[in-house]
Amino acid sequence: MELRKNYFADVRKDDLHEIGQPRARSDSPGHVTGKTAFFADRNFPGMLHLKMVRSPHHHARIRSIDTSEAEKHPGVVKILTARDVPHNVYTILILIQIGPEDETVLADGKVRWKGEAVVAVLAETERAAQEAAAKVKIDYEVLPAVFDMEEALKPGAPLVNEYHGQNYYLYDSGECRKVRFGDVEAGFAGADYVLEQSYQSSPIEHAPTETTGCVVAPEGNDRFTCYTNTQAMFFTLDNASIILQMPGNKLHFVGGTVGGGFGGKVDVIVEPIAILGAKLTGRPVSFIYSREEEMQISSPRAAEKVVIKDGVMKDGRIVARKVTGYTDAGAYSRHSPYGAQKGAGHYPGPYTIPNVWIDTYCVYTNRTPSSAMRGFGVTIGDFALEVQMDKLARLIGMDPLEFRFINAYRDGDMKAHRQPTEGAALIECMQEASRAANWPVAEKYMTMSSYAKGA
Amino acid sequence: MAKVPVQFTLNGSEKAEFIESGTTLLNALRDKIGDTSPKGGCHQGTCGACSVIIDGELRLSCLTLAETCNGAAISTTSGLSEGGVLHPLQRAFLDTFATQCGFCTPGMIMAARVLLDHTPNPSREEVVEALSGNICRCTGYEPIIQAVLLAARSNSQNAA
Repeated sequence: MELRKNYFADVRKDDLHEIGQPRARSDSPGHVTGKTAFFADRNFPGMLHLKMVRSPHHHARIRSIDTSEAEKHPGVVKILTARDVPHNVYTILILIQIGPEDETVLADGKVRWKGEAVVAVLAETERAAQEAAAKVKIDYEVLPAVFDMEEALKPGAPLVNEYHGQNYYLYDSGECRKVRFGDVEAGFAGADYVLEQSYQSSPIEHAPTETTGCVVAPEGNDRFTCYTNTQAMFFTLDNASIILQMPGNKLHFVGGTVGGGFGGKVDVIVEPIAILGAKLTGRPVSFIYSREEEMQISSPRAAEKVVIKDGVMKDGRIVARKVTGYTDAGAYSRHSPYGAQKGAGHYPGPYTIPNVWIDTYCVYTNRTPSSAMRGFGVTIGDFALEVQMDKLARLIGMDPLEFRFINAYRDGDMKAHRQPTEGAALIECMQEASRAANWPVAEKYMTMSSYAKGA
Repeated sequence: MAKVPVQFTLNGSEKAEFIESGTTLLNALRDKIGDTSPKGGCHQGTCGACSVIIDGELRLSCLTLAETCNGAAISTTSGLSEGGVLHPLQRAFLDTFATQCGFCTPGMIMAARVLLDHTPNPSREEVVEALSGNICRCTGYEPIIQAVLLAARSNSQNAA
């Protein structure tokens, strides 16, 4: 590895002892010997297996649930429905005051997406749990569903989630997160060219090799040890405490070993119901997603739509940018209101634009609830922005890299959300990229700096 | 449910268990015998995390019924090091940073071991082919390929 020491030499200490040196990973010896204990490697005598009965409909009213046949199935120990869950309606981000609580641990009266958990079956073997789950009879009244974000925002669209009362997340700023900077319409009016483009993405599944799950063991002192592959240990502990109405000191979470997460294991889905099963049966409980559940049930990255309208001058300056972003939360919030908000801050990109208008909507549809995944709220937006940048460069006949040098933010520039730029390094990164990719740009760009204008 | 007896050697030790007919070797090893080094990623033969060696051949333990393994010699990654000394493949996986989350690692090492047993000095293409049934969703394939090539080199140096 080469360290480029000519950049930022005056603000950087060169007493680096670790960077550039290989250091053994502390977890590798366990991995190569098979000794690393993943949650599913815990096995307890008398452990029960939990399987979910899931909604086959995208949107339906539950008229009745009949578990009588399932209860008679050999090996079945306990069957749980909504009424068994002490605090059944929750939302993960309530811990940081982002409400309302909008999601049920087990569906109560209604299902809002295909795959939603309705009934939990606990049995002596995985097979018995699976077979009994198939014997649970649920009478559904199918309701109209909505799968498209713009359709969901139209008046008269089916209401996805009554806890919100409308098909978008209501921010303190209203129906969307808003950024207003300068006068975007005046910017368009004065621009040489205006280009509006629409970009759209589908949900993406993380597909970790280890599926989501947990193993819960009741301890002798009325505490429960939960071995889990959550990526969000304390979020999960605190939400489990709320859902179970159980003080946190009754819950002992053991984790940190995750067989691939990528953001897909930050939701609080398997732990509360498995702990409840262990509490009500007094026995250890294993709840592990099948591969099919991992692919179909676990939260994906949200589908997004990004509409970008830019005003650009022939000399390469972007003078106005208007962005409308839509994040498909699916039926429940999980982390999506936060993701959509991140997009609002991010959409100007690492560019200095004097007139900016941004609206980002977090929209509810009858699709699988989406949540975190690697830079969610930003990654799809970056794809859209950088494709847009290439299109703008082509429009004015300019080299796409030189076009980015002209618009790159530099220290002291005011960003659209009114944070002055500090510690920018985009120009230096692009200078290195120009060399590394053998994509030459004019000398004046190679002598620019993030520190000061006028180069 | 009726139980059937199974008897085989696991990493050189005699093992005997009564299992339900139809139990996979993966579940027998993990739940009955207590060797959790083979991992269950998909239980449908697509991810390779459950790979073990049966009588010298690489096999998916999630698609192998335990009762078909009577009299077999089974090897897993947990039995690879001898006397606390890491096998050259394990050493190479450490030295090339070929593990990330670690879930695919035991299966990768099994696949690599069968390759090196049959082909002590494989080409890069042969390594890629040998690992092609094993998914690393952290997508750290390049260091894994380097690890297998490094282990092959250190084996041939030791032999020389």
